[in-house]
This record gives sequence, structure tokens and C-alpha cells, in this order.
Amino acid sequence: MAIQLLMPALSPTMTEGTLAKWIVKEGDTVAAGDVMAEIETDKATMEFEATDEGVIGKILVPEGTEGVAVNTPIAVLLEEGEDASAAEDAATEAQSAPAEEKSQSSKEDAPAEKAPATPKAAEAPAPEPEWDGAMKSQTVREALRDAMAEEMRRDGRVFLMGEEVAQYQGAYKISQGLLDEFGDKRVIDTPITEHGFAGLGVGAAFTGLRPIVEFMTFNFAMQAMDQIINSAAKTLYMSGGQMGAPIVFRGPNGAAARVGAQHSQCYASWYAHCPGLKVVSPYSAADAKGLLKSAIRDPNPVIFLENEIMYGKTFDVPDTDDWTVPIGKAKIVRSGTDVTIAAFSIMVGKALEAADALAEAGISAEVIDLRTIRPLDTATVIESVKKTNRLVSVEEGWPFAGIGSELGMMLMEQAFDYLDAPVARVAGADVPMPYAANLEALALPQADHIVQAARAVCYR
Amino acid sequence: MAKKATAKRAAGKAASKSAPAKTAKVSKSDLMDYYKNMLLIRRFEEKAGQLYGMGLIGGFCHLYIGQEAVVTGMQAATKEGDAVITSYRDHGHMLACGMDPKGVMAELTGREGGYSKGKGGSMHMFSKEKHFYGGHGIVGAQIPLGTGIAFAMKYNETDNVCMAYTGDGAMNQGQVYEAFNMAALWKLPVIYVIENNKYGMGTSVERISASGANLHDRGKAYGIPGDEVDGMDVVAVHEAAEKAVAHCRAGKGPYILEMKTYRYRGHSMSDPAKYRSKEEVNKVRSTSDPIDRVKATLIDDGHASEEDLKEIDKQVKAVVSDAADFAQSSPEPDVKELWTDVLLEA
Repeated sequence: MAIQLLMPALSPTMTEGTLAKWIVKEGDTVAAGDVMAEIETDKATMEFEATDEGVIGKILVPEGTEGVAVNTPIAVLLEEGEDASAAEDAATEAQSAPAEEKSQSSKEDAPAEKAPATPKAAEAPAPEPEWDGAMKSQTVREALRDAMAEEMRRDGRVFLMGEEVAQYQGAYKISQGLLDEFGDKRVIDTPITEHGFAGLGVGAAFTGLRPIVEFMTFNFAMQAMDQIINSAAKTLYMSGGQMGAPIVFRGPNGAAARVGAQHSQCYASWYAHCPGLKVVSPYSAADAKGLLKSAIRDPNPVIFLENEIMYGKTFDVPDTDDWTVPIGKAKIVRSGTDVTIAAFSIMVGKALEAADALAEAGISAEVIDLRTIRPLDTATVIESVKKTNRLVSVEEGWPFAGIGSELGMMLMEQAFDYLDAPVARVAGADVPMPYAANLEALALPQADHIVQAARAVCYR
Repeated sequence: MAKKATAKRAAGKAASKSAPAKTAKVSKSDLMDYYKNMLLIRRFEEKAGQLYGMGLIGGFCHLYIGQEAVVTGMQAATKEGDAVITSYRDHGHMLACGMDPKGVMAELTGREGGYSKGKGGSMHMFSKEKHFYGGHGIVGAQIPLGTGIAFAMKYNETDNVCMAYTGDGAMNQGQVYEAFNMAALWKLPVIYVIENNKYGMGTSVERISASGANLHDRGKAYGIPGDEVDGMDVVAVHEAAEKAVAHCRAGKGPYILEMKTYRYRGHSMSDPAKYRSKEEVNKVRSTSDPIDRVKATLIDDGHASEEDLKEIDKQVKAVVSDAADFAQSSPEPDVKELWTDVLLEA
């Protein structure tokens, strides 16, 4: 059957063009790949090639015609054994049936198919089981190490890689003893090439291994950001659910002490922005252990933000090798009735300090340890605000588009009528971290800032 | 023509002759397979170009026409469990891995029947079953990823190999060398297949490469062996692939193969390709087209008649036509799919 040649779209945005020149004339024989015409768009002149072999039966749109809509028949191609009458038939057909059939790209015909504005609300995970067994006193450092060791014993697919994790026993000694127990096949020192080894870890995770990639600090992970976001976070979606990356990226996040601007940044908001990632940032040793174990078992990429100053702090930890804390569940670490303070990581300590000071002033503060930043446990925050009618959000990172911004907006959307005061943010100063001790202290949120913010929202 | 056709036989040599160069002597069945597989890729890509012109395929669409011998010859050297990962010029690789042309074409049209349910598009398709790890849109990203796949192969103590394909454009990316270093250090079974089609989008290799147009020696500093191969000659590609695969399976670490090849079409559909002359393209097409070369060998050596090959053409055309029909009749994904596959349930 004669083939209608249609005005092609030559770029993602082209809707019409000029048929600048016919290279072939009626009666010419063409093979696939032969240039038949030149077509001008506002951006460029492109060659229009034949995709089938045949004879040009009729030219329907003469050269020099401007504003030819995409998909308008411009010529008729005769296949082997056809004569000119077939061209006439096809040409007539072309005139009576203009180019409306292909409506696939037209956007007007789809309003009925409007997608729901938000996904089905995820069910909040159950809180961790109450532990009434024995406890042991452990630092956050030891708890993190035990979490990795236990999961590596449990699952042969789990391995740890990063700078200085093996022979040096970890730059911050988080992987102490792991090389001895698991050997260099599963505890791997990498070159100082974050982009490369993060990508390597993601590739290994695609196949079903369970890598733990340690960044000496998350500041260095900016070099690996492309692999974390574009490769780890998006592949499950891009593959229609076929292939994802069960991987944990972990390491210290935020400021340590006097290490300057390039080593003192909080990335919670950066990662929490991205669908396809889970973002966890614990405070206590028990949560560090239970959440890291959950992260390693999770089939998704998990960003696990630790804090260098917290590594040496001691807490009670359930004395068991099967202690897990669910990702996505906040924890009320102090009950109160007058104001809710939401914090994560090292700032939970500052919030508790502030709550003590507030109690002395007769203000009862409820402190929530968010623990997971994404998916955020909004229900726990909302329930608390329903009681206190006030929220102070605390984070070490910068205020702009921070976690506090998200909490504030979330309450506007979901609990506006319960608020008796505007949500207050306590965040790091909006400057690169200074080195001088006095300036650094000013740049970081302190308990006193939280006290002031809480008093302000309580109007006291 | 010499049987040892792998290294040091550049495309330029073949291109200097006026008639299509022929391929080395190999068995009829191999040649017939090459012919059919390459033709499938070409016809598929031509059809994709056509559907793009009709507005049925949107966004970016990078065609593989001209480079068919590379992936066809490479894949002929693989066995079950070997993996493939590549950049965004990926349709040919998927077909060479045995993925269903219908599913690939339907992904191009963004339909439910596509490999990624229409959510990935031309640059993002995957098949766990065929060990095809994508389709990656960020230049060079597939090289560390492919190195990680090879890491897993070694970790799992298999003798499988990962083919990590890349264009010449990615060869100045830092992450490529980070990956080379680790692959050599840990002796990972990965073959870096550099498809040097002479242009990274509109910029020729010579204009952006301080080390000149040759890329096969870019692993030298890491002790990674590298060969230059006539990527327009499927037999030469296959021979080079066998050598590299044997090296990897023997636990000797990574290997680099630089395929001197050529793409006939623009970088993507919207590239008018004004940075090279029509004469340059025509010369390659008329003198070293990979499909014409195999065809000439098949006919000259009496393996097949014009009629036999026409029959294959017909079969291939039918497969592609079915794929195109499927890609147009498969519905758009259900609107509920907007929210699925973001996270797996823990």
C-alpha cells in the first residue's frame, strides 16, 4: 500500500516548520536513509530521511511552504509494484483525513485522567516494641559498630566500604574490629574517590548485594551526590519497580568542632528533598543501633546521618542482637503540655536542655526526637501540637528550605486550626561555618535560643 | 583479509577503500546471526525515528544507527549471567541482550507495555531477567555502576563479566578514572567498551581530548590493557570481545576495548549535525557500513543469496512492525502509576 509521508517532528518541542526544499522529485526511487527534503524549524535546518524504500509517487506540499503542521501528509511513497493511481488514492485520503488521528501528545484530551494530588497516605509504622529486658551502657560509636557487625553476621550480602574503614578501623573508629571478624572481602578500604565508590556501591546494590558505604563525613558526599540521587534514588521508579538499590550511605553529618565551613554542614534537608530516599538521623545510642539495623535491612537507599560529637556519648541500649527501630517513627522523649519542640540528632540534647530550663520558668515542653526525616512522622508531631498548640523546630542546618520550613508548612496544611502561635524555627546561622570559637558558637543553635523561641510562642 | 583482525585495525583503513570492505572468514551461521541482529537494531531505530517524527515518541531519543556491529559483536561473546550497562544511546544494547522489541518500543512511546511501564523512557530501561542494568542519562555514571556490578560478580564468586559501554564523550569524566582505579586494584571482571563514534554531541574527540583521538590507552596508568578495534566490522569486534572476556573470566581484571565506530544520525533526534559534512557521513556509509560488509561476505562466499537475505529483511521488518503496532496500541500507564515504585515496602 502506498505510504503517506508526514511532516516530521524534529525536536521535543516542534509543532510546525517550513518545508524548505525537496531533494527528490516525483518518480525518484529512494532507499531507507536517503535524504528527501530539508525542513527548517526555528532552531535549525534538518534533513528528512526516508525510512522505507519506494518511489516518490506524489509531492503534496511544495517546497517553500511555511507553517506546515507536524504530521501533515507531505508526499506519497509508492512501494514495489504500485503505480501512480495508488498515489492519487493516498493523496485523496490524506486530504479527507487530516492529521488529527494521532492525539497521543495532545494534552487537552486528558483532563478526565487527573491523577490524585497526593499519594495514598502511608501507614505509620508501628513503634518499636517495648524493651523490658536487660540494658547495657554503650556509646553511640559502639552501638553503630554492633549494628553493622550483627547485620553482617546475619546476611552475607552485607559489606562495608569506605575510606579508612578496614585497616585504620574507621576514621572515627566506628568500624573497630570489623576487619578482624569479617576479613577484607567484606570490609573494604577505598581510595579517596567518593563519586567513584558511591557509584560502585550502587551498582553492586542493583545486583542485590547490601552495601554500607561510609563517608568519612557527609561533606565529602557532595562529590557523590549524582550517584546517590540520579542512580540510587531514581532507579526503582525509572525501572517501573524492576530494580532498586538496597544501600546505606552513612557517616557523620553537620558540625563537629572548629573544623570550618567545608566540614560543618547539615545535609538533612538536601537528602530529605528527594523521593526515593529514606533519611534517618538518630540521637541516642539505642536508636542509632536499632535504626541502622533497620536501614541495612531496608530494600531502599537509606541516608544515615550521624554526628561526630555524639559518637562518644553514652546511653542505655537493649542488650540483644535483634534490636531494631522502625524507620519513619518519631519518638516523644519528654512529655509536656505547653509547647512542642521537634529536633533531630545532636539538637535533641539541646532541646532537652532547653526543656529543663523552661520547666524552671513554669513552661512544660514536649520534646520530639524526629529520628527519621524522610518519611517524616507527621502524625506524631500533629498529635503533639493538638495538645500544646505550639511548635518550635530545631535544626543545626541553615533555615532556608530547611526541615523547620517543612514542619511549618506541614502544620499549615494539616493542623492550622490547632495553632495558637506561628511556628518558630531555631536553625543554624545563615552563613558558612566560621572557624573562630566565639563565632562558631554563635552560628550553632544553643539551648538558650530554643528557650527564647519557646517563650515567644507561649507569649511568656 | 587477515583473520587476526582485532587490534590496530582502524575504521579509517577500511574507509579509504571505495567498495565495502568485507569481513574475515567466519562460519555461515555466525554471519547470518550477525546480519539478522544488526538489521534488527537498524530497522528498529529507523522505526523509532519515524515514530518520533510522528510525535509518538517524545523527549530525547538517541539512535544507534551505524554502530550496530559493536554491541552485536560484543554480545556474541557473552554467556548467561553476564551483565550489560550503558549510557542513553541504549536501544541497540537492549535488543542485543534479547529484550523484547515490543517492550522497548512501548517504553519509547511511554506506554504501559514498556519495560519501565512507561515511566523510564528512551534512556531508562532495565531488565533483571536479561541482566541489562540500564540505560543511564548522566554521562559517565554507568562506568562506576558497571564496575559495581563486576564487584558483585567477584563477591559472589562467579566467573561472569560486566560489559560497561560508554561513548567517547564520557572518557574525560573524572568518575571514569575513579572506577578504572578500583577495577584494576581489585581485579574486577569488567570490560569497558568505548564506543568512539568521533563526536560527543557536536564536539569531535580531537577538539576536547588532550591525548588525541585514541582512547584505548586511557587505562595505561592503571595497568588496564586496551585494544583498538574496527567497530564497523562485527567479526573484528567479536574476536576482540572473546579475548577481553577470557582475560576477565581468568580473574585478570578489567579490559578496555575502544571501538572505532560512527553514528549516522545526529546526537539526538533534534541535532541537525552541522558539525560534520554530509560527505563524511556518506563516505562511512558507503564504504564501511557494518551491515553491508556482512552482507557482501555472505553473498561473495556463497553463504546466502540476495533472496535469502531479503527473506531475513522481511522477517526483521515484521518484528519491528509488530513492535511499532504494540507501542501504539498499548495504553498509557494507569494514572495510579504516578505514585508507585518510589520506594519498596520494607
